[in-house]
Amino acid sequence: MFESLSAKFQGAFASLRSKGRLKSDDIDEIALEIRAALLDSDVALSVVDSFIGELKSRTASVLDDLNKSTNPANAVFEIVNSLLTEILGGSARRIRLAKKPPTVILLTGLQGAGKTSLAGKLAKYLKDQGNTPLLVASDLQRPNAVTQLQVVGESIGVPVFAPEPGNGVGDPVKVAKNGLSFAQDKLHNIVIVDTAGRLGVDAELMAQAKKIRDAINPDEVLYVVDAMVGQDAVRTAQAFQEGVGFDAVVLTKLDGDARGGAALSITQVTGKPIMFAATGEKVSDFDLFHPDRMASRILGLGDIQTLAEQAKGAFDSDTAAKLETKFASGEDFTLDDFLSQLEAMKKMGSMTKLLGMLPGANSGAMKKQLEQFDEGELVKTQSIVQSMTPLERHDPKVLNGSRRSRIAKGSGRQVSDVNSLVERFTQAQKVMKQMRTGKGGIAMPPGLPNMPNLPKSPSAQLVNKKKSRSGNPAKRALES
Amino acid sequence: MAIFSKLFSKIRGGSTSPSDWAEIEEALIAADLGAKSAAEIIEIAKKSKGDEIDSAITQSLSSWLSAKDRTLASNSDRTTTVMIVGVNGTGKTTSTAKLVSYLKMQNKSVLLAAADTFRAAAVEQLQTWGDRLGVEVITGPANGDPASVAFDAATKAKLDSTNYLIIDTAGRLHTKSDLMDELGKVRRVVEKVLPIDEVLLVVDATTGQNGIVQAKVFMESVAITGLILTKMDGSAKGGIALAIERETGTPIKFLGTGEGADDLAPFDAEGYLNGLFH
Repeated sequence: MFESLSAKFQGAFASLRSKGRLKSDDIDEIALEIRAALLDSDVALSVVDSFIGELKSRTASVLDDLNKSTNPANAVFEIVNSLLTEILGGSARRIRLAKKPPTVILLTGLQGAGKTSLAGKLAKYLKDQGNTPLLVASDLQRPNAVTQLQVVGESIGVPVFAPEPGNGVGDPVKVAKNGLSFAQDKLHNIVIVDTAGRLGVDAELMAQAKKIRDAINPDEVLYVVDAMVGQDAVRTAQAFQEGVGFDAVVLTKLDGDARGGAALSITQVTGKPIMFAATGEKVSDFDLFHPDRMASRILGLGDIQTLAEQAKGAFDSDTAAKLETKFASGEDFTLDDFLSQLEAMKKMGSMTKLLGMLPGANSGAMKKQLEQFDEGELVKTQSIVQSMTPLERHDPKVLNGSRRSRIAKGSGRQVSDVNSLVERFTQAQKVMKQMRTGKGGIAMPPGLPNMPNLPKSPSAQLVNKKKSRSGNPAKRALES
Repeated sequence: MAIFSKLFSKIRGGSTSPSDWAEIEEALIAADLGAKSAAEIIEIAKKSKGDEIDSAITQSLSSWLSAKDRTLASNSDRTTTVMIVGVNGTGKTTSTAKLVSYLKMQNKSVLLAAADTFRAAAVEQLQTWGDRLGVEVITGPANGDPASVAFDAATKAKLDSTNYLIIDTAGRLHTKSDLMDELGKVRRVVEKVLPIDEVLLVVDATTGQNGIVQAKVFMESVAITGLILTKMDGSAKGGIALAIERETGTPIKFLGTGEGADDLAPFDAEGYLNGLFH
């Protein structure tokens, strides 16, 4: 799940460095790595090409600085990351509430994107903010889409306007229109209209969507799209843009491991902002869209910042105290410590109920983030560390080829898995050292690849000045 | 089978320029075949002469296709059990209905198991299809154990000597290990009563590179035997399924071409490959 693009950069730069001064042509080689990574992430080809073009010009303009830099790979990486974040978040904005209520929100998108689930999530989100939403069941096509919305509405205490049973019976345009009137009548200040999924190439249904839109004059038309969609993302988004028009995008199923390149493609091509992210099947699995997190995801680095948030409160007081002592005594962070941190994270995954009782934790957000965590990766890492001898765990420098081979066999993994673990652990050790000496502000749980672009945590500077409250450096950095 | 003839008539009879190669590579990537695979195919094609490039590419792609049987499993002496699995929103329930229609046209008796006990109104959705198509649907309590619904259905199918049992399951992301375990459990529990003959992974034609890992994980958890590639009536042509065939050897058995019960087509290699590069 966490491929090391930055490691690939390091490799590419190492070989370039030996050639002497970097020229703009050398950047082309790096650009190829980035291009491959973006395509693997399902970013549309046309968007990749224009992105690489922009990247090359930005890099060329800072070539001198790159040559002076001690870590040009990281510098380029940062340029890539910030460019991505810019595009993803450039047009970001909040939902527009109408001056004269009700605010009308229309949901549209392909079949299976998650519109009906989203309707419930959006309704709950808005209700929790003190609004009085009304859900309108205008998907009269898919069997029991109306029933589904009614069940969801009931579970969140939001009324559902469903005059027609659906299943092919009724006129969605009429339902939408009457739903609006009903909302005005009953003084709901928000109307969320769910519609049937439809293909961008279906002229008839696109015309119907336009009709629904014209009948209710929505304040926001949200285009709901599945994060795992591939190269077709642009074609379909454009079809919806032309056919019915939309104001913003909602990305769904982000709890999977799809890198979500479609996010970049759609924002770049349509210029519309991604407003929300749906991250699970529960009605609470709903969040504002975070462009920086999406950027790191597209680059194949996972959602580090979210995981860093997860780490806060992940450690029981015992483990935290042990680490605190270790830190105070100046002892080195070992693979055993690494393993116990991983075990703590694994526990997090199966103790979602208990999490609600952790003090200071935003348990709602945490629960959802936990499900994003790939438990398979965790188990894999555990099995490798457990196959190591105490000496090896304490001093990974002794890990020569034959030891790595033995460990791989013993844990039923590949030597490449062992190598990757050792690399990640080494990086984690560096982070721990930095945290202890107060240098660097990269606050993330050790065991995850080093990300140079996270905003510097202000509390990292305080490490030397204040007595830390937690033995977990990641937690400490987040406490402020 | 001239896949590229429409696009690359200029290739024939002349030398292929770098920009021509770039165009071909782009077409391969645009079909969701993946950047790496596209590069591989270009390398192979570059070794061919001008008028043979088209067939070289066609041959490469065809070699990715699984050699396994693409027909739906069937047994003359007992119930054939089919499990329908996949991530959320791919069209499992609709595909289940299409299979029912397909089988009924062959005069087979079918029993359905509404083993999606999680999603709101999923059971009702399958029941609506059951009513429309005239087949019985075995259900259980909401949020109940899907394995026990499947078990009950298998028991009944066996007792009644029903030709086909189709088990519709809840959509689940492959990254959720507990849900993947649950699927494995459904399989094991059913196998106490009846052998599972077919586990069909439903894949949305718009899916990008994530489709490969989806298939791999489902393969590991529940041993998929075939794919149903859905929403082929849209602009996406399901190139990722070819990548899945290559990586896992799992054959596409059916294509979904609409929301109606009759919108199911058996897989046709030529039509599929041609459709990838429109």
